Amino acid sequence: MNGQRTAGLLAEFEKPEEVVAAARAAYGAGYRRLDAFTPYPVEHLSEAIGFPRDSVAAFVLAGGLVGGAGGYLLQYWAAVLSYPLNVGGRPFHSWPSFIPVTFELTVLIGSLFAVASFMLLNGLPRPHHPVFEEPAFKRASRDRFFLYLEAADPLFDEAGARSFLQGLKPLGVYAVPA
Amino acid sequence: MSEDAKRFLAPGWDFGTVTDKISSIILGPTPLSWFVGFGAAFAALLLFIFAVSATFLRGIGLWGVGIPVAWGFAIVNFVWWIGIGHAGTLISAILLLLHQKWRTSINRFAEAMTLFAVACAGTFPLLHLGRPQFFYWLFPYPDTMGLWPQFRSPLVWDVFAVSTYFTVSLLFWYTGLIPDLATLRDTAKSKLARVVYGVMAFGWRGSARHWRRFETAYLLLAGLATPLVVSVHSVVSFDFSVAILPGWHSPIFPPYFVAGAIYSGFCMVLTLAIPLRSLYGLHDFITDDHLELCAKLMLATGLIVDYGYVMEFFMAYYSGDIYEKFLAYNRAMGPCGWSFWLLFALNMVLLQALWSRRVRRSVPTLFVLSLLLNFAMWIERYVIVVVSLTRDFLPSSWGYYGATRFDWSLLLGSFGLFLTCFFLFVRFLPAISMSEMRGLIDERQEAGK
Repeated sequence: MNGQRTAGLLAEFEKPEEVVAAARAAYGAGYRRLDAFTPYPVEHLSEAIGFPRDSVAAFVLAGGLVGGAGGYLLQYWAAVLSYPLNVGGRPFHSWPSFIPVTFELTVLIGSLFAVASFMLLNGLPRPHHPVFEEPAFKRASRDRFFLYLEAADPLFDEAGARSFLQGLKPLGVYAVPA
Repeated sequence: MSEDAKRFLAPGWDFGTVTDKISSIILGPTPLSWFVGFGAAFAALLLFIFAVSATFLRGIGLWGVGIPVAWGFAIVNFVWWIGIGHAGTLISAILLLLHQKWRTSINRFAEAMTLFAVACAGTFPLLHLGRPQFFYWLFPYPDTMGLWPQFRSPLVWDVFAVSTYFTVSLLFWYTGLIPDLATLRDTAKSKLARVVYGVMAFGWRGSARHWRRFETAYLLLAGLATPLVVSVHSVVSFDFSVAILPGWHSPIFPPYFVAGAIYSGFCMVLTLAIPLRSLYGLHDFITDDHLELCAKLMLATGLIVDYGYVMEFFMAYYSGDIYEKFLAYNRAMGPCGWSFWLLFALNMVLLQALWSRRVRRSVPTLFVLSLLLNFAMWIERYVIVVVSLTRDFLPSSWGYYGATRFDWSLLLGSFGLFLTCFFLFVRFLPAISMSEMRGLIDERQEAGK
C-alpha cells in the first residue's frame, strides 16, 4: 500500500442476495462501521448492516403539523385579527372556508420536510466520498452490489478485513484510499 | 407478481442492459425526428411568448372576454391543462400505494408531463389577472398596504392548491430522479455531462442507509400527494360551484371534475407514450399491456364523467328551477349547442369504443382516440365555462363569446411550452426510471427461482 492510508475496503458482488448475505456475515463478525451500495433499494439490506429504522417519518409528521397549524393560524390572523372584513354579516372566524388552505399547507410543509430530512439525514449534497476513488465503484449505479467496511471500525485491520471479505466470495476486493 | 413482471417488461433484460438502453436515449445520438419535433414545439413556444408579451403590453382587452362572458379561453385552458396534470401524480402516487407494478415504466414521464402541464395551467390565471405583474399579491405576506388575501374565496384556495401541487410534484419527481442522475454521472463520457449530472445527483452513491430513507421519503410523499391530487381539481371545481350561476352551482362538481381530470390525464399519457416508445424503441418497457391499462382507466373515469353529464340534466329537470332548466335547454339547443353535441359525440359515444378489447389493443386506434378525447375534454370545459356564462338569469344581460386570434395564439402557444419542455426532458433526463426498472428485474428473478 506504499504507506498510503486506507479509508476502507470495498467488496464487489454480482447478485443482490449475495451482498445481503455478506452484510449479515460482516455484522455477525462484529463490524459496525459498514455500508452497502446498490443500484436500487435491496430488501433487508439496511437491516443487515444494522440500520433497521429511519426517522424520516417523524420529520414528515412534524412538518405536516407545523404546516397545518401554521396555515390555520395564518388565516385566523389575517381574516379575524389583522383585517376583519364584514362580508354580508358572516362571522369573521368562518372556519369551514379555512380548511382548503390548511390542508394544502399541511401537504406542502410535510412534503418539504420529507425531502429536506431525506437529504440532510443522508448527509447530501456531498459531492465527494472516498468510495468514488475506486474505478470499479462506477458500477454501483448500474449492475453491481458493494459491501464497504470502514477503516474507522475498531475491529478493522486491513489484512484481517481483506481476508474476511475474500472469504465471502466477492468478484473483487478493493482498498479505498483515504 | 411474476405474472405482472412478465406482462410489463419483456424478457431478456438485466440490470446492465436496461440501464444502457434507457441512458442511451440521453447519451447516444439524437434522432432527426427529435429535432423536427423540437423545432415545431419551439416555434409554437415563440407564438406563446408573442401572445403573452402582447397581453402584458396591451392588457386582456386583446382577448374575447367581456361581459357577460368574463371567463373565456384562459380559464378553459387553465382547467384543461391542470386536469391533464392529474394523471402523473395518480400514476406515481396512488398506483405506488396500491402496489401496481405497471406504473414503473411510465411514472417518470407521466410526472414530467404533470409538471409541464401545471406550468402551462398556471400561466393562464396569472395572465387573466389583467395586471399579471402583481400576481404576488395573491400570497399572504405582510405588505405595506396592510391587506391580506380573502381566504374565504375559492380563487385564493386555487392559488394554494395549484402552487402546492406544482411544488410537491416537483419534489416527488426530482427525488425519484436522484439515483438515475447518479447513473448518468457514472455513465457519461463527456466531462461536461459528468459534472452537470454529478451536481444534480447531489453525490448520491446508493448507500443502503440512503436507500432506506429514500424509500420512506418516497412512500410518504406518495401518501401526501394522494389526497393532494384529489384536492386540486376539487378546489378548481369550487371556483365554479361556489358561484351561484346555473351550470356552475352544483355539488356534483368536485368528484365530476376529479374524474374528468384523471380521464384527460390518461388521454395525454397515451398521446405521449405511443410516439415516445416508437421513437426510441421502448416497446419492451412500455408494453401493449401498459397502453391497455391506461385505456381501461380512461374508460372507467370517462364513465364517471358521463354520469356527471347525465346527472346535470337530471338535476335540471328534477330541481324544477327555471334557470337550471333553461341552462340545460340552452346547452343543447342554444346558439352554442354545437359544442355540446360535439362533446356528446366524443365523450359519451366514442368513448364506448374502449369497451372493445380489440380497440384497446390497437395502438394506432388508441392514439387517435386519445387525441380526440383530449379535444373533447377541452370542449367540455368550454361548455362549462363559456356556455354557462353566455346566458344567465336576465335575458337583458345575455351575450355571446368569440375568441380572438390572441386567444388562439395562447392556446396553441401553450402546446409549444408544454412540448418544448417535454422534448428537452426526453433528451436530457431519463424518461423511464432506471433504478425502478432494476427493482422490477430483481423481482422477476426472485419469482423465477
